[in-house]
Amino acid sequence: MSTIKYILGSFGDPDEMMHGIDKLQENNIAIYDVFTPMPIHGIEAKLGVPPSRLPIVAFLCGLLGFTLGFSLLYYTMVYDWPMNIGGKPAFAMPNFVPVTFEVTILITALGMVSVFFFRNHLFPGRAPRVMDFRATNDRFVIAIDAQENTDHTKIESLLKEAGAIDVLHNERKYVSYE
Amino acid sequence: METNQHSYNFSEQFDFSGKPKTWSLIAILIGVIAIVYGFVFNGSERTFANLLLMSYYLACVCAAGTCFLAIQYVTQSGWSAGMIRVPQAFSSVLPIASLILLGICVAGLFSHNLYHHWYGEGLVDPESPNFDPLISGKSGYLNAPGFLLREVVLMGAYSFFAVMLAKFSYNEDLEGGMNSYKKSFKYSTFFLVIFGFTSPLWIFDTIMSLEAHWFSTMFGWYNFAALWVSGLCAITLTIILLKKAGYMSWINENHLHDMGKLIYGFSIFWCYVWFAQFMLIWYANMPEETVYFYKRWEPEYKPWFWLNIIINFVAPILILVNRSWVRNPKVLAGVCIMLLLGHWLDYYLMIMPGTVEENRGFGLTEIGMAVGFAGLFAFLMLNRLSKHSLAPQNHPFIEESLHHQI
Repeated sequence: MSTIKYILGSFGDPDEMMHGIDKLQENNIAIYDVFTPMPIHGIEAKLGVPPSRLPIVAFLCGLLGFTLGFSLLYYTMVYDWPMNIGGKPAFAMPNFVPVTFEVTILITALGMVSVFFFRNHLFPGRAPRVMDFRATNDRFVIAIDAQENTDHTKIESLLKEAGAIDVLHNERKYVSYE
Repeated sequence: METNQHSYNFSEQFDFSGKPKTWSLIAILIGVIAIVYGFVFNGSERTFANLLLMSYYLACVCAAGTCFLAIQYVTQSGWSAGMIRVPQAFSSVLPIASLILLGICVAGLFSHNLYHHWYGEGLVDPESPNFDPLISGKSGYLNAPGFLLREVVLMGAYSFFAVMLAKFSYNEDLEGGMNSYKKSFKYSTFFLVIFGFTSPLWIFDTIMSLEAHWFSTMFGWYNFAALWVSGLCAITLTIILLKKAGYMSWINENHLHDMGKLIYGFSIFWCYVWFAQFMLIWYANMPEETVYFYKRWEPEYKPWFWLNIIINFVAPILILVNRSWVRNPKVLAGVCIMLLLGHWLDYYLMIMPGTVEENRGFGLTEIGMAVGFAGLFAFLMLNRLSKHSLAPQNHPFIEESLHHQI
């Protein structure tokens, strides 16, 4: 078994990279991931990336925030210390709206940011892991899992044919644990 | 990157003939009949209230077109460049809409059918039996010459910017280059500052002074939200109908999705300001403020009061939250029509309790006049739209608009 874990095709031009993706897909070679320094329209659809599940997190955090905000108000305003404010009943709905709304927004925003950071390994103190440094600068990189796709020469020739400037055969997944 | 890799015909023009023309003329005719019917059978006060409602709605939708244009220029937006001709056509109608609104304000004021809460015999005369100390205290600002001066100056200023913004873009088609775009940017910044600060005054005068004893500083923003949502809906609906007729092939579901997001967001904003105004008044419970909502909670208005929130907030939120629904032109068009009707109801609830009060009516006059003004708007707007190509072909961001994807 080869010790090569990933093959990276490094392109200088996004159109050539898109061409490379087409070439690989025509030859039934599964693409592990693509790294680009800028967003490229239509790439998610081409790679079959499923839509983000972040909205589900947002909904759940919203429900949690709504419950927390409402419980806080109910406990303080109705259960623990009911007060007569302007002759209104203790459990008056309109004045519950702003606080419940704000807490819902707050928990949703904080929850989404935390979950996003957690899923992307971006929490503070963590050294970022990237497969190719230049993918954050001026290169468009296609990564192919070398263990699953064993015909390495064919992959290399396909990438070169599509216009790859470099083709790297990496024994480690990430270059930046250090 | 090479430009013009597309196969769209940017010089295509809307052909204003056949069905759209016939139906808008029929709608105008229905409107005229409804006005006559209203004056004969429903009394002049109710007819004038409806005329004010519809002409204010018309002016608001046109002003929202100008606002949309100005915001796109100031933010240097690329996504909207391909559809900018539609708000430009709205904008070009603003001077006529302003004149109609002004005419109805003047006629309503001097015939005592509108604004009779603050304009009447002896209201500011301490010797008179009709003397009203509250109105007298406000008369330094709220008097007929001041009212008319503000209406003329403000609507004149908005119309000036509306016409200029449309004119620059039409010049751009002929001359190309960045000159027109830079001028549009400059005029847009001035327009947004002027409109932002003065539109509350215009709204206070035109609508809030119908109930001159009451006031709310939120009222300007509340109306702006209604103006903006109904304007966005009218723009979106126009684009969907144009696409359905085979025009504007360069506009796709991504552009409509963004319009849908704006409608969604500003429906929330509308409810936010509506609620902010309502809750403070409800909580403080001061008689001079609660009188506004007291009138709207009388049996003849209360169901409509709640329907207003459902139709303008709950329904669009539940429908437009779904990505595949917003991207479906049929669903989006349905929501736009619902919100356009919803904001008619919103304006109805602002205007009627201050004019006809408990003698509220909903019948041929209301429906006919709404149809008539919709026809008038469609006729004027489509006529303007047909005069120029449907794409601003020399717009610097037109290429970006073609590749818009979300």
